[in-house]
Amino acid sequence: MSDPTAASIVSTPPVEQPTGVGAPADAGVPENARREKPRGLLGDAWRDLRRKPLFWISATLIVVFVLMALFPSLFTNGDPENGTLTNSRVEPSANGWFGYDVQGRDVFARVIYGARASIVVSLLSVLGTLLIGGTMGIIAGYRGGWVDALLSRIADVFFGLPFVLGAIVILTTFNGSGTSNSKAEIMALVSISLIVLSWPVVMRLMRSSVLATREADYIVAARALGAGTGRIILKHLLPNCLAPLLVYGTIMVGTFIGVEATLSFLGVGLKSPVVSWGIMINEAQNYIRVSPFLLFFPSAFLVTAVLSFVMLGEAVREALDPKLR
Amino acid sequence: MGRYLLRRLLQLIPVFIGTTFLIYWLVWSVPGDPFAGKCGERACPDAYVNMMTEKFKLDQSIWVQYGNYMQNLFQGDFGSTFGGRPIGDIIATSYPNTLKLAMVALIIEAVIGLTAGVLTGLRRNGFLDNLVLVSTLFLLALPIFVIGFVLQWLFGVQWGIVKPTVSNEMRISELILPGFVLGSASMAYIARVARTSIAENRRADYVRTAIAKGLPMRRVVGVHLLRNSLIPVVTLLGTDLGALMGGAIVTEGIFQINGIGRQVFRAIVTKESATVVSIVVVLVLVYLLMNLLVDLLYAALDPRIRYE
Repeated sequence: MSDPTAASIVSTPPVEQPTGVGAPADAGVPENARREKPRGLLGDAWRDLRRKPLFWISATLIVVFVLMALFPSLFTNGDPENGTLTNSRVEPSANGWFGYDVQGRDVFARVIYGARASIVVSLLSVLGTLLIGGTMGIIAGYRGGWVDALLSRIADVFFGLPFVLGAIVILTTFNGSGTSNSKAEIMALVSISLIVLSWPVVMRLMRSSVLATREADYIVAARALGAGTGRIILKHLLPNCLAPLLVYGTIMVGTFIGVEATLSFLGVGLKSPVVSWGIMINEAQNYIRVSPFLLFFPSAFLVTAVLSFVMLGEAVREALDPKLR
Repeated sequence: MGRYLLRRLLQLIPVFIGTTFLIYWLVWSVPGDPFAGKCGERACPDAYVNMMTEKFKLDQSIWVQYGNYMQNLFQGDFGSTFGGRPIGDIIATSYPNTLKLAMVALIIEAVIGLTAGVLTGLRRNGFLDNLVLVSTLFLLALPIFVIGFVLQWLFGVQWGIVKPTVSNEMRISELILPGFVLGSASMAYIARVARTSIAENRRADYVRTAIAKGLPMRRVVGVHLLRNSLIPVVTLLGTDLGALMGGAIVTEGIFQINGIGRQVFRAIVTKESATVVSIVVVLVLVYLLMNLLVDLLYAALDPRIRYE
């Protein structure tokens, strides 16, 4: 993503004290003394997080949204896909809390069922982006030389594409008006296009933290003790480079929910009969003058979902960033 | 500096070729039949297919097609739509509109973002600081089409202060609302960067020296502090201009502005392959050059940075 906020999130984690390397040193120490080993970065962050109201508010909201995505029938027994035309654009009332849309479908049920598509797509895309970008970043940073140069130029190519524009081109090519993809295929396509366009950012993030920790003493020590490349990367490099990725990933979930809605809104992302907030906003835009409530409810849910993930990301960043302590 | 510039320009070439080839391949090669749906309900007549195949070298490999296209492009020929309209014309009529909108957005975000950032950076942890932090969080998190629709409905429909859509004359007064929407995310980001930068520099030695010399506070802030703190903001504005000129698809759609974003979206939806590729090539070029310009600007503004 060409999102400038990405750069500000990057901060290399402090070099952690290696634990468990000097095994002979505590050979004579009784078993209970080992509990006093220093907490890791994540343990510290967790202690910090537990004290923040922002963290609890956003975490609660996220739990509610995840429940909505998993078990929508807990929240509503309405039908999100079929409606009665006589109910077309009926205002909110005691019967239909959020009113009915143009096709007479229950807006409340649709808003609840809409959580699933948004959250599944954004979680999948974030996981894929972190996996691909992270792997590429580790390879580029650790190997260096021509591998680094090649991978960085490839990343530049994808970075040079404007995000929304690139996603539209990819999606109209594979998911255009003439194609008949199933629900799962459409969701996979949207995820893939988000991954393809956003992995370079994660790769740059990972590459710079690997470069910063690659020459640290504990890595040199591990190599001197005979650890292989795989062990060094998995046991030593990865845990110490994970913090910025974690923060960026959390914020990215929120951003991707917004991007998925934008693409669906433009008519190139998810499509009916999939229920999603972006589609609902797209359908409501023509009735903005007569029935603004059609626009209001899906927007409110979308905004709350995006905000709760972004707030969680900010809380995690504050907890992980030692400069702010 | 000269060698650095040369190296950066050389690095641009593979990126430019890679990006444009990717788009070319996606638009022309992947969908299969380029003539599907071009001539209404019936199949395209042979004469037309032959003419187009000849013109775009569609019977040859994609590498030849791409080379041919690039050759024409560098001679100033952007190609023409399937209907025969020169694409250079489309770009020439719509690009000034996008530029105008981008400028309005840039000015709005610079003024509001900077004011908020400077005020909160000087006085941290007050009511204003918290207000700005919360509102920037909102602006950063909300998708632009939600902001656009809500503001359009509030100002255009509910209160009737402005017209909900922009007319063809593109008056500046009509562009204020779309400009605000387009620049909203960057505005929040500028406010945050300016706030951090000012707060950091306030403790710098040169500020203390200036105060110790007995300079009035206005001069300390206005001359010494601002000049040094605004370097990251200026570079941010430059990057943003590059992004704004290519990323106005949603805003132009909502407010019905006849700009380049709307043209490219229409071209994508109606499968005008030649138009899509040409406009995207222009946008990518602008984006890459703006990023280069920002890096150079950085060195010019901050004497501590020197490129070898």
